[in-house]
Amino acid sequence: MFNNLSNKTVKCLAISSLALAVASVSQTAAAAEQTLTIVTSFPSDLTKVFKAEFEKLHPDVKLEVLKKKTSAGIKYISETAANNKIDLFWASAPDAFEVLKDGGLLQKYSVKVNGIPAKVGSFPIHDPEGYYKGFAAAGYGIMWNTRYTKAKKLPAPTNWSDLEKPVYFNHVGMSAPSRSGTTHLTVETILQADGWGNGWGSLKRMAGNFKSVTERSFGVPDGVNSGNFGVGIVIDFFGLSSQGAGFPVEFIYPPATALVPANIGIVNNAPNSQMAGEFIEFLLSDHGQELLLNPKIRRLPVNPDTYAKAPEGFPNPFQDSSLQSSLHFDLKLSKNRYNLVNSLFDVMITYRMDDLRAATKAIHAAQKALSETPNVEAAALVKQARTLVAALPITEADANNPDISAVFTKKRKKATDKVTGRQAEVEAKWDAFVVANYEQAKDLAEQALSKM
Amino acid sequence: MPSNTSTRKGLFRLDFSSVQWGPGIVATLIGVFLLIVLVMPVAKVMYVAFQNPDTGALTINNFIDFFNAALFRESFANSFYVASMSVIFATIIAMPLAYFTTRFNFAGSTLIQTLGMIPLIMPPFVGAVAMQLFFGGNGSVNLLLDDYFGFTVPFMEGLNGVILVQSVHFFPFILINLSASLNNIDRSMEEAALNLGSSGMRLFRRIVFPLAMPGYIAGASLVFLKVFDDLGTPLLLNVNNMLAPQAYLRITSVGISDPIGYVISVILVLFSLFSMWVSFLAMKGKDYATAQKGGGGLLRRDLKPWEKFGCYAVITIILLFVLAPHTALGLLSISTVWSYSPLPDGYTLDHYSEVFATANQYITNTLLYAGLAGLIDIILGTAIAYIVWRTKIWGRKALDLVAMGALAIPGVVIGIGYLRMFYDINLPFSDVPMATWWGIMVIALAVRRLPYALRACVAALQQVSLSLEEAAESLGASKWSTIKRVVVPLMTGGILAGFVTSFATAAVELSATIMLVAKEGDAPLAYGIYVFMQSAAGRGPGAALGIIAVVIVGLGTYASHVIIERTKKANGLK
Repeated sequence: MFNNLSNKTVKCLAISSLALAVASVSQTAAAAEQTLTIVTSFPSDLTKVFKAEFEKLHPDVKLEVLKKKTSAGIKYISETAANNKIDLFWASAPDAFEVLKDGGLLQKYSVKVNGIPAKVGSFPIHDPEGYYKGFAAAGYGIMWNTRYTKAKKLPAPTNWSDLEKPVYFNHVGMSAPSRSGTTHLTVETILQADGWGNGWGSLKRMAGNFKSVTERSFGVPDGVNSGNFGVGIVIDFFGLSSQGAGFPVEFIYPPATALVPANIGIVNNAPNSQMAGEFIEFLLSDHGQELLLNPKIRRLPVNPDTYAKAPEGFPNPFQDSSLQSSLHFDLKLSKNRYNLVNSLFDVMITYRMDDLRAATKAIHAAQKALSETPNVEAAALVKQARTLVAALPITEADANNPDISAVFTKKRKKATDKVTGRQAEVEAKWDAFVVANYEQAKDLAEQALSKM
Repeated sequence: MPSNTSTRKGLFRLDFSSVQWGPGIVATLIGVFLLIVLVMPVAKVMYVAFQNPDTGALTINNFIDFFNAALFRESFANSFYVASMSVIFATIIAMPLAYFTTRFNFAGSTLIQTLGMIPLIMPPFVGAVAMQLFFGGNGSVNLLLDDYFGFTVPFMEGLNGVILVQSVHFFPFILINLSASLNNIDRSMEEAALNLGSSGMRLFRRIVFPLAMPGYIAGASLVFLKVFDDLGTPLLLNVNNMLAPQAYLRITSVGISDPIGYVISVILVLFSLFSMWVSFLAMKGKDYATAQKGGGGLLRRDLKPWEKFGCYAVITIILLFVLAPHTALGLLSISTVWSYSPLPDGYTLDHYSEVFATANQYITNTLLYAGLAGLIDIILGTAIAYIVWRTKIWGRKALDLVAMGALAIPGVVIGIGYLRMFYDINLPFSDVPMATWWGIMVIALAVRRLPYALRACVAALQQVSLSLEEAAESLGASKWSTIKRVVVPLMTGGILAGFVTSFATAAVELSATIMLVAKEGDAPLAYGIYVFMQSAAGRGPGAALGIIAVVIVGLGTYASHVIIERTKKANGLK
């Protein structure tokens, strides 16, 4: 049909694509000895270092590193499970591994290397059931762009509660727990440390200052590095490696932070499970742990001895008192309400950012006027507005009730399994509750302001 | 010169129905192909939209939930508003570029047409960073405005920000299709109008633009649909209250298996098809074909010096504006650190040297995949266009609609669908699952970009008069050789426009391919950008890769324009 679509055009296209096809086929034909295939969400800066060193150690092995977003990686492994070609899954968030474990997609492995303690902070380094292993620790903190804070005259934050202050209005960024497993842990840590009601209260006061809720966790350091927003809630290596890359940013661990291990696990029916085990051993070996100190990687080793080789000022979770969180992290509780917390955060914050921001702005304005001219009536209105913003559509008891949170996890394993209620139905109710509250809070705060 | 606009459609179709078995076979083959690579994989993922999550039984409850939720109703209204407004703004940007370059004798019109294509190629992730650095709340423009004038403009805030970015991003759809159409208008029409005393704006409004309508509708409907279904820009601007980002965010949440994401996808598809049908209605009963093909294109007029100056000024302003994100991307690729300042702190070429060490593979793969995908698309596009507009085969409209439906399906759904569909099937003579073969990525790209090529081909075919085919057939040519020697050559401009849009957009696609990449050696450029954009140090190299993608596509587009001009000249069409 195409012979006449101007001969030249077609031939030109055909020849070039044919040449390319041949070139590409010949490339793929190169035979490999033994391949170890890893699906990972880690950046090249990290993977290429480990790949090079591991291949040096095992010259007959070729490491095939496939980079996928955590959520895409989980989907890939679960969709291809029937004919699995993947040996290892290597990513940050423990909950991603929990999802895989629950789906029966990981296999147990016991580590031979010695010298790795049982816990980092209050979190067990390895999965207590033996399905996945922690190889590096990471803690949440606050990073900020010094040029930005200087230009906008913002003070340097030192604690989570600082981010609730009016001065940071429209300057803060964070990812959503439903988008990033590590963000989920931060949220859950705050909820467990401050309690359900107070925890959400401070989260929402902070969220009222958000400029954006980014779609992926790397969006936060990216936004701070560009100066799109000034302050970000990020995991430590994002802050430390941004600094390492030369951006004008600072990073601190606030007093209450949770340390979380980054993990690796062997996929069930791995084609090369023996070599996969070797890779885990390599990660946990002295040599592997030392590689984590590389300035472009900057993750906290889980072997306490490795810190002897760390540069000056490198945080050490096994010694620094600020990182010895006293919080006992309740993994089971977190797991039970995992999806409910994600969904609640999205309904109250991510999807209703504009409404929350408007209410927060009105409250800030009224509060500022109050501090100048005290007024009892107005103060009562502002207090009422704050309560409305903080109000939750679901009680702690309900949130922790497995029957109710099941609406969000429903994955029928058997055809006979039954769950009642639909997520969308519940979310729509929450949404109506939240929107009405934000709206009313804004009205009350404006009333308060008009009284002064 | 008399115009021989054909009005004998009905008669012709009667004659034609007796020889329909040829196109019938082709239609069946295409139908089966689309069934396997589009309908079935997507159905395998989206069936949960119709499933009761509690019992697994069939239900429409999920759809009731959708319409009961204020958030979704609001999202729907927002998406509709943004898509409609974007069409208007995109038209304002594209119209002068298309008109000036096709209507007047103009040095550098090929270059302008090429540059006008570039905004369509926004490499994933880095494009967003560049936009923010330039137009963002604290981007270069606003920092400078704030310094000198003490105010800022929220280019990238809220729904209006989405409209602005989307119009800049997608106006090339209108530009390229409208230009192809304008080039296809029968000169005699214009001459007739001139003879009758019409000129200037009136000539354009009453004669030229109406005749170019197929191209304009093709472009405008693509802009509307694409903006309605696009999730990249809303996510970049953190506008979550639109349908496509709602679907995406819900489908890709970790561990949640809520059917509502798929429900939204189904609604996106249905609404897209509905608006396609509306645009069908708008074109129905009108005849845009002209029989005179000797004159090829509008009269090209020489401009007076001051007119020329005015045109260049308008074009320059538009191009500077729409290419600003790419300028920023270029700067980013050679900058050391760029943070909260109008310009980078320093410049370096290191990023390019880092990228070139690894990028060759990515570049070859991208050229191969996007090139093949574009080729498949124009072949399918021409065939479907012909079947829909020239035959009476049962279900022909369905073929068109199914192919267009691909536009509304999120890439991640196609990716997952392909894994479900093709992972258990091994490639012949090996134990390699078909889903891990690079060819599958080509097919995924071809399917996702088929709507672009299809609309261009349909527009081109609508401007070819039936009487030319009748003439050929009455002179004894077979159906097949009529298509080969008459129809397709007359459609060349549109087909090439289709190839360029499919190729260009396929070259930076990521959402389906990232699901399907099974070996680093098979990965395309967009995947390379993603890999770099995972770490702070990777921003420069990522931008460098982005620029390479833009240059490749730019060169491809330029080459196609040059080829088209040359063939025109060689055939004495000018």
